[in-house]
Amino acid sequence: MKIVVCIKQVPDTKGGVQFNPDGTLNRAAMLTIMNPDDKSGLEAALRLKDQYGAEVTVVTMGLPKAEDVLREAMAMGADKAVLVTDRVLGGADTWATSQTLAGAIRNLDYDLIITGRQAIDGDTAQVGPQLSEHLNIPVISYAQNIKIDGDSVIVERQFDDRYHVLKAKMPCLITALAELNEPRYMTPGGIFDACKADVTVWGRADLVDVEDSNLGLKGSPTQIAKASDKVRKGKGEKVNLDPAESVDYIVGKLKEKHVI
Amino acid sequence: MDFTLSKEHEMARALFKEFAEKEVKPLAQEVDETEEFPRVTVDKMAKYGFLGIPVPKEYGGQGCDPLTYVMCVEELSKVCGTTGVIVSAHTSLCCDPIMTFGTEEQKQKYLVPLAKGEKLGAFGLTEPGAGTDAQGQQTKAVLDGDEYVINGSKIFITNGKEADVYVIFAVTGMIEKRGRMMKEITSFIVEKGTPGFSFGTKEKKMGIRGSSTYELIFTDCRVPKENMLGKLGQGFKIAMHTLDGGRIGIAAQALGIAEGALDRTIAYTKERKQFGKSIASQQNTQFQLADMATKVQAAQLLVYKAALAKATQKEYGFEAAQAKLYAAEVAMEVTTKAVQLHGGYGYTREYDVERMMRDAKITEIYEGTSEVQRMVISAALLK
Repeated sequence: MKIVVCIKQVPDTKGGVQFNPDGTLNRAAMLTIMNPDDKSGLEAALRLKDQYGAEVTVVTMGLPKAEDVLREAMAMGADKAVLVTDRVLGGADTWATSQTLAGAIRNLDYDLIITGRQAIDGDTAQVGPQLSEHLNIPVISYAQNIKIDGDSVIVERQFDDRYHVLKAKMPCLITALAELNEPRYMTPGGIFDACKADVTVWGRADLVDVEDSNLGLKGSPTQIAKASDKVRKGKGEKVNLDPAESVDYIVGKLKEKHVI
Repeated sequence: MDFTLSKEHEMARALFKEFAEKEVKPLAQEVDETEEFPRVTVDKMAKYGFLGIPVPKEYGGQGCDPLTYVMCVEELSKVCGTTGVIVSAHTSLCCDPIMTFGTEEQKQKYLVPLAKGEKLGAFGLTEPGAGTDAQGQQTKAVLDGDEYVINGSKIFITNGKEADVYVIFAVTGMIEKRGRMMKEITSFIVEKGTPGFSFGTKEKKMGIRGSSTYELIFTDCRVPKENMLGKLGQGFKIAMHTLDGGRIGIAAQALGIAEGALDRTIAYTKERKQFGKSIASQQNTQFQLADMATKVQAAQLLVYKAALAKATQKEYGFEAAQAKLYAAEVAMEVTTKAVQLHGGYGYTREYDVERMMRDAKITEIYEGTSEVQRMVISAALLK
């Protein structure tokens, strides 16, 4: 079985967030980590590898320094790594990103693609499903458990108050939740091997069946009007009332804010 | 000359730091309080290869260099001195001598499971009458057929009772050296469960209280002669060589304890307010912190230099002794200052620096006291 895992290097929010004048993130200036949902997706792939045997290829699109996150993935146990990097791909929104990843993944053999549900820097949860559309394969999102059954996958998809059990024939795409598992640590020996391993680097010219008009900032329909760091919520108001008074209090507040 | 860490070492440090923060730190206070060996943590460290970092991959290890191992002990010790010494004693004092002096059969039988973390290792040299004076050994091993019969006891053995494999030393005869009769010391590998091998009392210690420190008792303990490590009479050389490496591990532990105490003190002095302002804004605090940080940095350079010497030089006892002497004394000084800067709170067990000060003291004593390190260093200078 061949599994492709899409991972993203995201700003470590503990290190503060910085922006470019055009409103996009200044990734070069920030400390970075592997996106938590993606890390769980990678862990899911590695567990399938442990259980059934698989070749796991990690793919990322980003600045050259995104290679770090690929080496981290290899130090955890991924077999191969592909970095898609090119100046013309910069400033991509979810549409251009999924087009780029699709163009890269068309070069690879795969039975399963796993992406994180969403990245902590954009929180859109769009890239995974868009990628499946471009590649014309089924998608199961919000996976909290993944099993292989012959040439199919059986996935528990998280839903509000329950989960759905879905079965899909491979090849297909799954988006993973951070709650899916507890990702493993790297191993010291894995780190040394990963730092010696080759990372395949692809640019625009290596992307298959993708129009220039769908790439980079120019190919991004999303226009960012303004971006800012998360504004901390106030302390809120604490009241100590009996249940009946509480209802009146809450209803009063909701009316005051014109919510009801 | 370049003091920049390689990509590998940067990533390894990040790994050890994350593991220490998530898996070790939350248990550190409890481990100290209950004096219980942190088996859960040891199992996790085994799973991720932390128990065989400098052992070659063909023997089940991680195939990394001594610097990576040192950084592991350092990061663990930043949050828990007990966990740091468990790894150090296992790796430096048990894996290393088997790796260096063991036969291929011994490596396959003992080193592979040790490096994989399936088994834990320990080292037994010290006896009631033989601490700094290793020639004072009383434990004897006598050949009887195909077995050596060992009688005697060892004290203050780190990982005692918890370990599965023990590298121990015993007198196998007398030899003449430079016109004097000297004890012939030989090293053996002894497995837990060997008839005649038992454990005595557990030490009640000032610090590193979760580390299991036991007396080993040998009563007509029969060990196959294949378990002799190195050659007959090579024991003293093996012990000294092993301790050269062990001292780098303890130096890393001391360094980590000092760094941990400094980190906590910086954070505390920024928060603690007296006379309407943080105590970090007082020049006394600032100067104390500056001195602490400078000494910690100097200790780190010596420890890393010793680790690099182990990787590249045949003999590294001088570098190891300097690193251990300085790092241990810095650990004691920095943790003492850390407690002082924490004031009354620092004297309570609620704050980590109290434990760190107790943990630091042993680094000036075990695997060669600071006085022994000075003997080693001066002997090299004056030879």
